[in-house]
Amino acid sequence: MSRKLTIKAFKYNPLSKISKPHFVTYELEETPFMTIFVCLTQIREKMDADLSFDFVCRAGICGSCAMMINGVPKLACKTLTKDYPDGVIELMPMPAFRHIKDLSVNTGEWFEDMCKRVESWVHNEKETDISKIEERIEPEVADETFELDRCIECGICVASCATKLMRPNFIAATGLLRTARYLQDPHDHRSVEDFYELVGDDDGVFGCMSLLACEDNCPKNLPLQSKIAYMRRQLVAQKNK
Amino acid sequence: MNIQYSDALVIGGGLAGLRAAIEVAKSGQSVTLLSICPVKRSHSAAVQGGMQASLGNGAKGEGDNEDLHFADTVKGSDWGCDQEVARMFAQTAPKAVRELAAWGVPWTRVKKGERTVVINAQKTTIKERDEAHGLINARDFGGTKKWRTCFIADATGHCMLYGVANEAIKHQVKIIDRMEAVRIIHDGKKCLGVIARDLTNGQLIAYVARGTMIATGGYGRIYKQTTNAVICEGTGAAIALETGLCRLSNMEAVQFHPTPIVPSGILLTEGCRGDGGILRDVDGYRFMPDYEPEKKELASRDVVSRRMMEHIRKGKGVKSPYGDHLWLDISILGRAHVEKNLRDVQDICKTFNGIDPADEGPKGWAPVLPMQHYSMGGIRTKPTGESQWLDGLFACGEAACWDMHGFNRLGGNSCAETVVAGMIVGDYFADYCKNNGEIIDTNIVKDFLSKEYQYLKSLTDKEGKHNVFEIKNRMKEIMWDKVAIFRTGEGLKEAVDELEKLYKDAQDVKVHCKELDCANPELEEAYRVPRMLKIALCVAYGALLRTESRGAHYREDYPKRDDLNWMKRTLTYWVEGETLPRVEYADLDIMKMEMPPAFRGYGAKGNIIENPLSEKRQAEVDAIREKMEAEGKSRHEIQHALMPYELQPKYKALNQRIGVDYE
Repeated sequence: MSRKLTIKAFKYNPLSKISKPHFVTYELEETPFMTIFVCLTQIREKMDADLSFDFVCRAGICGSCAMMINGVPKLACKTLTKDYPDGVIELMPMPAFRHIKDLSVNTGEWFEDMCKRVESWVHNEKETDISKIEERIEPEVADETFELDRCIECGICVASCATKLMRPNFIAATGLLRTARYLQDPHDHRSVEDFYELVGDDDGVFGCMSLLACEDNCPKNLPLQSKIAYMRRQLVAQKNK
Repeated sequence: MNIQYSDALVIGGGLAGLRAAIEVAKSGQSVTLLSICPVKRSHSAAVQGGMQASLGNGAKGEGDNEDLHFADTVKGSDWGCDQEVARMFAQTAPKAVRELAAWGVPWTRVKKGERTVVINAQKTTIKERDEAHGLINARDFGGTKKWRTCFIADATGHCMLYGVANEAIKHQVKIIDRMEAVRIIHDGKKCLGVIARDLTNGQLIAYVARGTMIATGGYGRIYKQTTNAVICEGTGAAIALETGLCRLSNMEAVQFHPTPIVPSGILLTEGCRGDGGILRDVDGYRFMPDYEPEKKELASRDVVSRRMMEHIRKGKGVKSPYGDHLWLDISILGRAHVEKNLRDVQDICKTFNGIDPADEGPKGWAPVLPMQHYSMGGIRTKPTGESQWLDGLFACGEAACWDMHGFNRLGGNSCAETVVAGMIVGDYFADYCKNNGEIIDTNIVKDFLSKEYQYLKSLTDKEGKHNVFEIKNRMKEIMWDKVAIFRTGEGLKEAVDELEKLYKDAQDVKVHCKELDCANPELEEAYRVPRMLKIALCVAYGALLRTESRGAHYREDYPKRDDLNWMKRTLTYWVEGETLPRVEYADLDIMKMEMPPAFRGYGAKGNIIENPLSEKRQAEVDAIREKMEAEGKSRHEIQHALMPYELQPKYKALNQRIGVDYE
């Protein structure tokens, strides 16, 4: 039995002098395993070719399509319409990022800036000879690094974060997870002191209010809070040395 | 007039483009990289299974080396590849994996001692060597002699992409995302850069550089059923085609992957079968051993895809509202394995189909059907990555026909190609940019800019008859119905005729939103769809003319691989104003091959129209090998005598392996 869905999408073009923020309502027939990706594609092809939104992989792995779905930031491609019992779904762009148009926000510039702030790359002094056998890493250690490498930079934790809304330069859970990832990786020779220089302040690890929405909403189920706590313990110990 | 200058310009922010950009940055030159989406969202992130490199660390990889990787790649290509390029690739792949490890990519590592694996649907115990402990591990993939595919669970592409993108940021590659290259600027001989459109505000900008590289990936989205991300529309290759100079090569060589999930088309990695997963039909019966007794589910992708469709045609498919499909069963690997090594696969099955693939029995089987997956064809280049027809234009990755995949690519080789070509071609590209500094005539740039503006304006001004989405969807249906896994002359002729008509219709569409200076998705479709149609026509027309079956190109009316008449590469180009591509051919020289054409080892035997040169060349190869082996020459010296190839010394250096050192 198919039912009718009501999709309310936020529309606004900040570059236009006449555009005003408003919602537009679209009605469509639900199909089995329908996702918001399927809905929005249909809307653009059949009802409103001008509606802006972002999808790349449509499979929950690239993080492009995060948006507010009935008030909660989620990946639109992985959100099934059947999970909304009354069939009414309201879509808005994520806060905390620069708005581009309608449901589209600029996560790219925010994440590139984050990567530069936490120097999100391996730091060591060695020249690796790539003809030679690679450095040995304990299998469990590689697996643990992978667990922290799974962040897809969707921005959901950033949009979920109350500290970020009050403190615009807050690095958010994703940035702090990234520091934990490199601290854990044996290839990276940075010390706790080095990380203190990067995130040992209120825009970094000491700004977090532990409200946990980042972890609640993370589509990859990353251990954001335990890693923020871990970084905080490490950096506090460093400060007290 | 907004003109941005840099030493080098890279179009495309996936693994190939980013890795090449790093190579330029390391040479001390400025490099700008344009990407249609934030680079870490590129389709490279979707690589699940892994990348092939003959490290030979794991027990099942013991004895592996470049020679075996080269031989598998050539066989996999159905002898359609450039063997010198396949050599360059196989030699550099171990270095690429090791470089990525040093950049922090958390490859899954070997744990010494015994472990249980599933081989041919049987639980088997293998013992990893003590000396391999902590080195990079590899899993099994189709069409390979050894377990050679290095991996990180089933998120290999994600980890690689992040490792490479972070390194690019470290090296100060100037990354500009949401910027789409829409036209190549050239003076008829030399490429000067591109005109790009800012997808956030509609602004047109000329990016001018000494050298330009296109690394924009494949064109899967010309098909209705594809595993490709929505950005894989082939428009990077199309703007090269639109120069009227560059040739696209082997566009008819389109790979179909056996196990995308139905109906969403999201890929379930080949690692599912590599790790021991099996295919079942409507009766729950494992049918692949009947067709391919030797390699079963792990024959190469084109073979498995065709066998699946053959089985469905025999009435053994499972009926569904989305058409017939088959089942993929990975529950036999055990819950622990699925939840560790195939976690994203499990997540995809759960989210998009409500199935937990770790559940035993039919409950956990995932519905699968072969769909478009990879484009072996692309912008034809020399082994250095430069176009033969437009100086200063380079291509690498899936957008290029470099050509190491020929008519069928092995799983794990595309992901490997991105970084390997990024290194090799990136290095040649950096050299080119360094050695070719010319004063640019800004009048040419200005001309291209104003023409582009006029073109976009004409699209919004026109009150055309057609709807661009309808044209696009019709194209996808034609490609899926008539230019897919099984092809016939009749179907291809119909496809070409109808695509040509669609191409003409696409010149007359109506764009409702008239604003040029903001994100305007309908306008974007209006300029992309004609380009996609050009690509689709190259595929369909090339397929119509190629009257043989080779690799993924399968003609039911010409089922044999015809080495007598078709040892040649298709070259397609487009003359402005015409509505069909023009086609010419370049011969593959059997007498220069290290491995002359022979039986692939899977698929039907005796299905080849032989070329007498194959036998002649094989005799030569055998004689050289026999003589040199008797003289006690090393495998490297013998290889050099059989087929010398050029490669930068830093990449040509021998690869060290445990147990054999540099041998």
